[in-house]
Amino acid sequence: MEIKVKLFASLAETAGWRESSIQIADGATVLMVWAAATREAALPARALCAINMDYCVLDAVVHAGDEIAFFPPVTGG
Amino acid sequence: MRWFTPVMRSLFFRQSPVVEMTIVIKSAPFDPYAELASFEARVFSSPGQFGATATFVGTMRDFNEGDPVQGMFLDHYPGMTERHLEAICADASERWSLLNTLVVHRVGAIAPGESIVLVAVWSAHRAAAFEACRYIMEDLKSKAPFWKKETLADGTRWVIENTPGGT
Repeated sequence: MEIKVKLFASLAETAGWRESSIQIADGATVLMVWAAATREAALPARALCAINMDYCVLDAVVHAGDEIAFFPPVTGG
Repeated sequence: MRWFTPVMRSLFFRQSPVVEMTIVIKSAPFDPYAELASFEARVFSSPGQFGATATFVGTMRDFNEGDPVQGMFLDHYPGMTERHLEAICADASERWSLLNTLVVHRVGAIAPGESIVLVAVWSAHRAAAFEACRYIMEDLKSKAPFWKKETLADGTRWVIENTPGGT
């Protein structure tokens, strides 16, 4: 199935991209999406993730068409 | 029925409260006080409609972690950022009796002295306005998807985390 992956801030800078579409097996988790999208790069310890713009946990299961985002702790305001 | 006065009518037919909020993401400098004045003029038909306004304005400092900061870039997650800010304003409206809320936040390149964020809350009495304004601001700082990158004399660095609200 195809899903969209977005990276922000330092994670995007390190990876060298902000947005990508990848193919992944049914039943894949968010952590598996990270590994597939970054060629097994280490996920920064305090990284946060979201499915379709809602915060989620790394073992959440993704579905076709989902938008998965990874980003560091937020620093707005 | 003669006893059905306007006051009683309003008690009997009061509609469920509507959550009033406005979220604005800006990529250009803004004057928070001009935003407040124009928002009030636009939203309230008369100033007597509210009794309390609490506002918080966050401004870019020219120093951080002991280093002079020349400028900053604010990254965000278009869509999720607005959604999260709407959710926290709706949450605040459930916890306190609020008349309206306004959140304005900058993104993109920012210079020292420019406003980064404005949170404003209108209510009938001061406690709700004070407490909801703080609540919205603290949630924004800890959960809304924005990220700061500072420009120093010798390069750039991402801000790792925000200072706790108590300091």
